[in-house]
Amino acid sequence: MNKVIIAKELSLSYSNNETIINKANFSISSGSFVFITGASGSGKSTLLKSLFGALKPKQGSLVVGGVELNGVSRSKLNLLRRHIGIVFQDYKLIKEWTIDKNIMLPLLINGYVKSVANAQVDKLLKHVRLNHQSGKYPLELSGGEQQRVAMARALSHNPILILADEPTGNLDDYSSQLIWNLLEGANSQLKTTVIVVTHHIPKTITTDYKHFHIEYGSINEIR
Amino acid sequence: MKSVKNHLSLVIALLSIIFSMQVFLIVDRSIEAYKVNLASSYSIIAVSKKQINSTDILKINKIISHVQELSPDSVIKRLSSDMKNTNVELLKLTLPKFYKLTLAYYPTPQEIKELKSNLFENNSITKVEDFSHTHDTTYKLLLLFKNVVSLFALVVVVVTVLLIFKELRIWQYKHNERMTIMGLFGAALWLRSAVLFRLAIVDALVASFLAFGTFLYLSLHPWVKEQFDSIGINIVIFNPVDDFLAILGVAISISIILATLIVLGHKEEA
Repeated sequence: MNKVIIAKELSLSYSNNETIINKANFSISSGSFVFITGASGSGKSTLLKSLFGALKPKQGSLVVGGVELNGVSRSKLNLLRRHIGIVFQDYKLIKEWTIDKNIMLPLLINGYVKSVANAQVDKLLKHVRLNHQSGKYPLELSGGEQQRVAMARALSHNPILILADEPTGNLDDYSSQLIWNLLEGANSQLKTTVIVVTHHIPKTITTDYKHFHIEYGSINEIR
Repeated sequence: MKSVKNHLSLVIALLSIIFSMQVFLIVDRSIEAYKVNLASSYSIIAVSKKQINSTDILKINKIISHVQELSPDSVIKRLSSDMKNTNVELLKLTLPKFYKLTLAYYPTPQEIKELKSNLFENNSITKVEDFSHTHDTTYKLLLLFKNVVSLFALVVVVVTVLLIFKELRIWQYKHNERMTIMGLFGAALWLRSAVLFRLAIVDALVASFLAFGTFLYLSLHPWVKEQFDSIGINIVIFNPVDDFLAILGVAISISIILATLIVLGHKEEA
């Protein structure tokens, strides 16, 4: 199976030089569903940041979608990010844009024709059960609804990889379940690789998944 | 409403820069026109022992635009009542020659000094009356007026630029989040900055058209024309093509510099 992520001797740290991830070696196959767990401050989110190039490796090699992120140029990173969907705990929606335009963002960046993009947005709004909220602004929606918009945005351009940072951290059970269903659906139907950083793996997950646990700077594959 | 408020802050800042620039231009034009008026009524008198050809005088300094020999008749007429005709003819021959020199433009005190020394290089010229005291006072008054207006315009520009920099921080905060989110999905720099540049250019256009309307109205207003007529000058207060292009150029340049600074100061956060 193709590897979508390959890390060799990967070390990550912030500017204060404290090593968060120390010489980690792991790989993730294309089409897999992966959970990354660990205690608060263990480096889960740091690892996720490095996967979309927001944090450059301090040492070692990190290849995502065939692109070496250690020393990657901004233009190459942009090209890679156009094939990744990201979901954050705080949603990261553009407040002054309608939810439709927020969902359309990756499509516009990828150069989709407006009519195709509009059709895709309509489809996704139905998919995340928000078609009745079309035209509204993010702050007019509840937290759960905003996270569904963020999910729709992450799915809109059929990415090869979805990265989700505690996507259900702030949500009620109903919204959480919807998000998990959407992530599982993308993985099973579209064969999208899904990597989720979370404190707890939900019991309702039916997909066969991989599980990495981060502790004291090392990444251990436990399933 | 919020969006209008956001636009207003930059539009007002741009307007104050455009207004100070245009007011400075109007004052500069007025002073130049007034100098032309003064130059036409200002002249220097040169006294020569013997007749000099007017073309030779013109060659002395290029600032001299016209030479007129003054007739001694009026002086002779006053003196001739008690004189014989032969003595009058003799007096005519012995009287020095007076030349009125009109200048091409209103000279600086330095240029008058230079002209005087050039005239004295001709051995026939014995005296030059430049009315320097009156000239110096008028010239210094004009210079003072121009400097005060320039200083005022400069202060307005500096204060406005400081205000714009303050505004820049607010814009940076406002646009940073959107630019970061767009960056997360791989938007190229031009696409991330496009909204910002569009806003900046729209604001520059709004400010330019507002200034255009205001100055066009003022330039056509009879009261304004009367004020200029009363001091005897006729200037172009506002040229709808050249001045508008200058205003537009300044407004767009400032807006683009502002937007560029925001883009360059953008720090990506995730």
